[in-house]
Amino acid sequence: MSTYEAVIGLEVHVELATHSKMFCDSPTTFGAEPNTQTCPVCLGEPGSLPVPNRRAIEYLMLIGLALDCRIAPHSLFHRKNYFYPDMPKNYQISQYDLPLCVEGYLDVEVDGAERRIGITRAHMEEDTGKSLHVGTTGRIAEAKYSLIDYNRAGIPLVEVVSEPDIRSALEAQRYLTELRAILQTLGVSDVRMEEGSMRCDANVSLRAPGTEAFGTKVEIKNLNSIRSVSRALTYEIDRQQKALDGGDGIVQETRHFDENTGKTHSLRSKEEAFDYRYFPEPDLVPIEAGDDWIAEVRALMPELPRARRARIASEHDLTPEQAAFVAASPSSVQYFEALLASGTAARDAAVWMAGELSRALNEAGESIENARVSAADLAALIAAVKEGTVTLSSAKKAFQDAYTAGKTPLQIVDERGLHQVSDDGAIATIVDEVLSANEAEVARFRAGEEKVFKFLVGQVMKATKGQASPQVVDRVLRARLARVRVQEWPSSRLRRSEPKGSRSRRSRVGSWVSSRCRSSDPSSPSSSDRSRANTSSRIRTWAAPTWRAPG
Amino acid sequence: MTEVWELSAAELGRMIARKETSARDVVDVHLSRIEALDDSVNAFLTLTPDLARATADDVDQRIAAGEQLGPLAGVPLALKDILCVDGVRTTAGSKILEGYVPPYDSTVVRKLRAAGVPIVGKANLDEFAMGSSTENSAYGPSRNPWDLARVPGGSSGGSAAAVSAGFAPLGIGTDTGGSIRQPASLCGVVGVKPTYGLVSRYGLLAFASSLDQVGPFARTVEDAALLLEAIAGHDRMDATSIPEEVPPYVKGLESGVKGLRIGVVSDWVEGEGVQPGVTERVRAAIESLSSLGAEIGEISLPSFRYALSAYYLIAPAECSSNLARYDGVRWGLRAPEAKDVVEMNVRSRTAGFGDEVKRRIMLGTYALSAGYYDAYYGKAQQVRTLVIRDFEKAYERFDVLLGPTSPTTAFKIGEKADDPLAMYLNDVFTIPSNLAGAAAISLPCGLAEDGLPVGLQLLGPPMSEGLLFKVAYAYEQARGPVDAPPLWGRS
Ligand SMILES: [Zn+2]
Repeated sequence: MSTYEAVIGLEVHVELATHSKMFCDSPTTFGAEPNTQTCPVCLGEPGSLPVPNRRAIEYLMLIGLALDCRIAPHSLFHRKNYFYPDMPKNYQISQYDLPLCVEGYLDVEVDGAERRIGITRAHMEEDTGKSLHVGTTGRIAEAKYSLIDYNRAGIPLVEVVSEPDIRSALEAQRYLTELRAILQTLGVSDVRMEEGSMRCDANVSLRAPGTEAFGTKVEIKNLNSIRSVSRALTYEIDRQQKALDGGDGIVQETRHFDENTGKTHSLRSKEEAFDYRYFPEPDLVPIEAGDDWIAEVRALMPELPRARRARIASEHDLTPEQAAFVAASPSSVQYFEALLASGTAARDAAVWMAGELSRALNEAGESIENARVSAADLAALIAAVKEGTVTLSSAKKAFQDAYTAGKTPLQIVDERGLHQVSDDGAIATIVDEVLSANEAEVARFRAGEEKVFKFLVGQVMKATKGQASPQVVDRVLRARLARVRVQEWPSSRLRRSEPKGSRSRRSRVGSWVSSRCRSSDPSSPSSSDRSRANTSSRIRTWAAPTWRAPG
Repeated sequence: MTEVWELSAAELGRMIARKETSARDVVDVHLSRIEALDDSVNAFLTLTPDLARATADDVDQRIAAGEQLGPLAGVPLALKDILCVDGVRTTAGSKILEGYVPPYDSTVVRKLRAAGVPIVGKANLDEFAMGSSTENSAYGPSRNPWDLARVPGGSSGGSAAAVSAGFAPLGIGTDTGGSIRQPASLCGVVGVKPTYGLVSRYGLLAFASSLDQVGPFARTVEDAALLLEAIAGHDRMDATSIPEEVPPYVKGLESGVKGLRIGVVSDWVEGEGVQPGVTERVRAAIESLSSLGAEIGEISLPSFRYALSAYYLIAPAECSSNLARYDGVRWGLRAPEAKDVVEMNVRSRTAGFGDEVKRRIMLGTYALSAGYYDAYYGKAQQVRTLVIRDFEKAYERFDVLLGPTSPTTAFKIGEKADDPLAMYLNDVFTIPSNLAGAAAISLPCGLAEDGLPVGLQLLGPPMSEGLLFKVAYAYEQARGPVDAPPLWGRS
């Protein structure tokens, strides 16, 4: 079996977040009632004419500048002619051989190395409407009739076309992630793939390593998430490899990726390719991008993700990986800065964001702007860890549970009784129980077997479900072991704190956590009416009465 | 006694403003003349008496309230049925738009409403403005008021015939390759093809977007100038609209032609296929202008012989795309019982479009096809550049160019209907101005040996309308009143 090199080029379609459509005043609101976001122009009403949206062109220019493209001083719109019912004019206005942005590049990091992916072009086009096939299956062949919603017709789209410089599914993923971060930072698109505001077509071919010539390429259409692109490419590279190894060769064709099966299948071959009869759109004048206009747009350029990552890493002394997560998008920076403003140290903030927050977001399939735990609530949790009222492992658990339950982490801490036990007396009780249950080990320790100490610590931690402060356990255990030697336990002081009646040690240890969850102090505020901002100070005041042994 | 319908727009406007008559009366007089005579002319596809009367009543009320309105307030107009009027059926002379009622006003109509101009009806035309005789209308040809057996020209034949017949002193047409000037010439009225971008195309059902231009018909140069003032001007709904102020054309009308350099396009005046009576009337007009003090010279424009061929690639190419939206999905005709969407498209278009439209869609589709684009559409655009250059060179020597509008006078209905090439040759003198996006005007210069009107064409560079009106007006004054068509004897 030979190894091949994958040659991948990506065409990314991005819906711009302008208020009005590309060639008319109709709003671009997502999810409105069908055909309410329309006017004679985007309905292709006879006699209507397109007028370009200046803001959309400036957004495209901004994208081009961010990708180090050359802005063409003279570019054109063309008509792409083909019959399709959801396209009101039966032609799409699109840039063709004279796009606004050409010859750029995007640097991405793959396995610690820098890869430069060439950008062939970035151009502007308009979206089409959407057909709804009414029938049992929703497929056109079985439909009784079809309905068309033109709300999306005429929404501005930018297409970013890469050079065939991408060599693996991972590189494609990095490229798309970086491109999406740039688009987010520019504020030109919502880049919400689930709403279709970013779509991708991938061209893939294989060739023997070291060769220059391209193999036969296959186009995979309409991939709607970065994960899909990665899955589709992985599958397709493997499929082509097997086909080549089996001597079957590759057919130049368009393929569709099935999200459910994770496979690609053939849509149409090259022979059926359309002749779009492109010609310059006579209803529009050329885009003349003079130096003044370009400079005006360039002045709007925000700090780009790459520069932002470098700055955040150096300003806060973070590792590149931490900085990459913190600076992934303007929203993540905002979250980070909110953590710092709530008193969290930069390192801790970065560790939590790259660790627990990232995990929770991935699992929920959400982006950070929709994070269900606010930066202030996370800051309160981190503060509690710092103050020693919650252990790190409890805090992590509380965070994940809070994320799923839609509560604040400290509410979870309270509800589940996850406060760290650093009270000497309470810990001493457990230590005493552990020591009496492990007399053999105590004896070995006394005989000088120091490593048994670790075992005993482990037993105490186990009995406290990890909530005991390791430092306190260490101290109390050492003190008790010293007393054990002189037969001074249990202490009378501790006995007084024990509940009345006889209970087995096992059951007492078992109820240890649950009993301290139920506050014996009726004045303790319930978890639900706490203000989020003051959580950390309140936790200290309400934890105290439960845990101070009656003196 | 002069009838109300014989008066010029300027005169009617003055009388209405002075309350010597009412806009309502003026409209009613014209509507009853249409009712009496349009069965024989077929100038209109749809009459809009309610719309016209409502506009007239509004004008009368505002005048009664002391408001100062524009010079054309209350003056009736025939609108080519290819411009949208909100709520009024629009056919473009085609079956494919059967039942189509646009939900919006074209910019020209919006401006006409603002000027208080009552629209009496939607005028007949060649289907989608493709033709030179109105014989391509799906609703039957219009007839020439000078001879009802003859065509009024086209494609704006209905508007020209209406103005000529006294159905309205004003008309609106569109000119893609001569569709205003040629029918103006054949019907003996004034027709203006303005500079591309001077009048908004918003709401004009497109034939060839880079060539189409809306313009006025009238019986006098002054009326045409007044109407162009009313409809011209920048429109943010049309990206190709020129962002400039419209100069007042009427103000400069009387400044004369002394010292103006007029270039006679020699190949046109004496050219092959030019009717002798046409040459003779144009020669007489040149004499007249010369005696008014204009400097006359001769010029030959070599690239113009390719203009017709270039036009018949560019216009069909654009039309093949512009007419793609008529597919049975959303408007007009939909062929019943198609088994899928492709069959519905094909059958609707087959049933809805006439032969000439189909011919041009096929020509254009072919010209734009991969592999042929450079040889056809690309080359045609190069010819266009040559035509523009030849014009520019000519305007270094001359202020205005002059020639006949059409090689012949009005021909008989059916005479050229089966010979598309002979029909296309009608536009050989008018097409260059469209390719160059320049201004031109046609005005009557007497009758040929067959007793039919001849049109004199004046051509100028882009935005030279003021200059063209001035020359046309000077000639019109020297010429004196023209004969009226025989239809004027009927009522
Ligand atoms: Zn719209």
